[in-house]
Amino acid sequence: MSVAAPATHAVDIEQLTISYRRRRRLLRVIDDVSLQIRPGEAYGLVGESGCGKTTVAMALMRYLPSNAVVEGGRIIFDGKDLLTLSDSALRRLRGNRMAMVYQDPGSALNPSMRIGNQIAEVFRYHRGMGKQEAEEASAGMLEKVQISDPAGVLQRYPHELSGGQQQRIMFAMALATDPALLVLDEPTTGLDATVEAEVLDLVEQLRAQFSSSILFISHNLGIVSRICERVGVLYAGRMIEEGPAREIFAQPRHPYTLGLLRCVPTFGMNKQTQRLDPIPGSLPALGTHPPGCNYADRCPIARDRCRAEPPPLLEVNAQRSSRCFYHEEVPSIPPSPAATAEPLPPPSDEVLLRIDDLIKTYHSGGHDVSAVAGISLEVRRGEVFGLVGESGSGKSSLAKVIVGLTNATNGSMTFENTPLSEAGHHRNVTLRRKLQMVFQNPDSALNPSYSVRHILQQALRLLAGLKSHSELETRTVELVRSVKLEPRHLDARPTGLSGGQKQRVSIGRAFAGTPALVLCDEPVSALDVSVQAAILNLLVDLQKTGVSYIFISHDLAVVRYIADWIGVMYLGWLVEVGPAEAVFNVPHHPYTESLLSAAATLESNGHHPRIRLKGTIPSPSNPPSGCRFHTRCPLYLGDICRLKEPPWHTAPAGNKYRCHIPPDELQAAELRLRETSTDQPA
Amino acid sequence: MTVESPDPALKAVPATVLSTVVSAQSSRRARMRELGRALLRSKTFMIGMVILLFWIFDAIFWPLFVPHDPLGLDPINTLKGPSSVHWFGTDDFGRDMFSRVLAGASTVLTVAPAATALGLVGGISLGLVTGYYRGLVDDILMRVVDALLAFPLIIIALLVLTVLGPSELNVIIVIGIVFTPLIARTVRSAVLVEREREYVAAAKLLGEPGPSIMVKEILPNVVGPITVEATIRLGYAIFAAATLSFLGLGLQQPSPDWGLTIALGRPLLQVAPWIVLFPALALATLVIGLNFVADGLKQAIEE
Repeated sequence: MSVAAPATHAVDIEQLTISYRRRRRLLRVIDDVSLQIRPGEAYGLVGESGCGKTTVAMALMRYLPSNAVVEGGRIIFDGKDLLTLSDSALRRLRGNRMAMVYQDPGSALNPSMRIGNQIAEVFRYHRGMGKQEAEEASAGMLEKVQISDPAGVLQRYPHELSGGQQQRIMFAMALATDPALLVLDEPTTGLDATVEAEVLDLVEQLRAQFSSSILFISHNLGIVSRICERVGVLYAGRMIEEGPAREIFAQPRHPYTLGLLRCVPTFGMNKQTQRLDPIPGSLPALGTHPPGCNYADRCPIARDRCRAEPPPLLEVNAQRSSRCFYHEEVPSIPPSPAATAEPLPPPSDEVLLRIDDLIKTYHSGGHDVSAVAGISLEVRRGEVFGLVGESGSGKSSLAKVIVGLTNATNGSMTFENTPLSEAGHHRNVTLRRKLQMVFQNPDSALNPSYSVRHILQQALRLLAGLKSHSELETRTVELVRSVKLEPRHLDARPTGLSGGQKQRVSIGRAFAGTPALVLCDEPVSALDVSVQAAILNLLVDLQKTGVSYIFISHDLAVVRYIADWIGVMYLGWLVEVGPAEAVFNVPHHPYTESLLSAAATLESNGHHPRIRLKGTIPSPSNPPSGCRFHTRCPLYLGDICRLKEPPWHTAPAGNKYRCHIPPDELQAAELRLRETSTDQPA
Repeated sequence: MTVESPDPALKAVPATVLSTVVSAQSSRRARMRELGRALLRSKTFMIGMVILLFWIFDAIFWPLFVPHDPLGLDPINTLKGPSSVHWFGTDDFGRDMFSRVLAGASTVLTVAPAATALGLVGGISLGLVTGYYRGLVDDILMRVVDALLAFPLIIIALLVLTVLGPSELNVIIVIGIVFTPLIARTVRSAVLVEREREYVAAAKLLGEPGPSIMVKEILPNVVGPITVEATIRLGYAIFAAATLSFLGLGLQQPSPDWGLTIALGRPLLQVAPWIVLFPALALATLVIGLNFVADGLKQAIEE
């Protein structure tokens, strides 16, 4: 897609400045941001949460909350300033000339309306079509967004569709009027890697069919550089770098952009060889305006000048600019000295946890939901066992059974050679002490009514059996320091802490009684990338205590980084298990292969061979017969897969997988599959 | 997240921005200060509070400033209209209505809060247990609650009071019992949300026993809805207490209780409307005042 500097811009945001009014103070969230999107161009807006990305999008759609104050600037669209447009003129533009796709499709669709009616509404309202005509147009739109069984989908309600399908519906509705501008606000965040890859494919294909300009908002610079021609990086409300997406991705010229790229674990990075490089410090508090560069406090090359005067947006070349006095130096900033890892001792051979044929079936609404269907695995002392799979594969159910938050339906577990039979509240204090959990959502994992001190002391009392006040106080301070927080944080309540700090407290609580095995259920997926890196480093550091982790994540690069051993789950089954290196380098099971290739595409700008999965994960209340993966398997053999449960095979590299196809044949078949998929144009 | 920020304007700020804002304030004390400030700004709350405080003050200190003895008979001056001596007129026994209205507040303001408190104790316990344990306990208790809710308040009250006999204490017990399932409903629905939060799972993993999780972990986080429910219930309790007195099932003669006075003055409505008018007005202002307080509180907490 070549955009040879056309004369006009589709959207022209000029010196936009927005503040939120709070307690009679104005807190600036967008500070003098200018950006232009050319017709047909995709422009990416990147930054961590709190940087103002969504506020820009909201201003563009004029959906700003009532306490937002536009202090200056213009947004020119269709020759008009959106900020001064009358409400009725605005209504005509919205949905017609501009449309938006939100992060959470589940809450953006009306749950009580059939899909067909929701899409038809757009045609009837904005295009003035009759009922019949609008229905036909809706069906046509669904075909354009490549949904399978469009006629059936029209009759369904949103809750009957998967997340990926819902997001396709959102695209269908947004594109129904062929808008001049499409705003995508984190459209793939919260989706599984396979679905995310699918949605991004869709965006690329739709760009070929529709001429809309796109504003693509994401925290993931990798994704943005794949979809967009140009990208702008926001930091604390200021545009700090702008230019062609691939150039910025390949060679950032602002220390913040560089930091964002460096803190994400890339494929092949491993805790044994490399520490993650988080950005130190945190975003400046809203409403504080340092006299100089607002990144200076976190910047590795900041000097006196940076703290004294604010840098202007400096030109790097004709197409790029950076808000850094020393942008020439950015490419040569070395990784921070702490980035080399101290090697950890290898996991011992002692089996800490053994699970045999574990089954967990829930009863819900008269159905049996088979969440975990016969899983056997072993976790050794000091090992990190990574558990991956799409949502709905039963990872969290397995974790809950292991820690004892729920009972197993069948099967056995042994922990340190003693059977682990009862559910949590019957377990004795030793077991509870040794088996702890770190939760996904730091906001909900800590009781908002109590201070950090109370939360940690409660854990020390109950897990470590500490009673005396002085002993408790000493251990609390030690504990808070061990998770790299300061004693001053002890008096704060969870609402006064950042997401990363909350997660540290949560980790501290799990480590109050020197645990032997900690279950980490998506511990970093709710965090910003720079914070994620710091938390992963902390978890690796804490391994010096000899602890084992079961680390659940949908982010394969994160699992690859931290795990020694990997288990891949699909619909309640473990389909492949083995040493992390073997599973990632020579995956055998077709499901593992497709998961990895979806993740690899996200990372490498889409030029990797891809194995695409058909459809979505079936419902665990009615799992497929035979091999549970057969409905989506690209190597489906026929009746044998449909009728017979596959056996376990051991691959030469040591990974075991569950499939009817033996290792050598499987490798050959997957190779053929990858070759044919590269032939197809992406 | 919006719970912590009482500023009404903040409701719509994107969560990402808000979390940064909220992190600036740290302690619960700061949050309470915020809440207090929001309440001071709310006109509804302040007006309601003035009315309420007036009646509370009156209920306690009325003996100090009533112009006449509220029980003092004056056979010469019966059924006199409002005048400079008897501001609100006199009743059929010649008792000063102004003094009786002022004195009548104390019974209502004893019965209603006591009944509400009783209902709160029952409702919170029931709501916590059913919401936290779910399962069979929940099913059974909630069906009982449904059955209780199927009867109008007055029917239950009439039944119980005819059996127990009319008295101030029995009125408190009856209203308390009727309120228990209503409050339990509210508490239960709040607990259902909280019990799914991960801090509850974390407490279970630490080995905290169920009752401790309910009371120490969950209860502090459902105080908001309970406070609002309590103020609303208090308004209803005043109504209920007055209604029962009116029906002759509460306090008995010669108490200056408003409901009772209204009931006794009803036959004389055409001759001496002031006997009914002033206690009724007093009752109305008190209930309205309370509702204002409840509304203001609800808004402040929800934002």
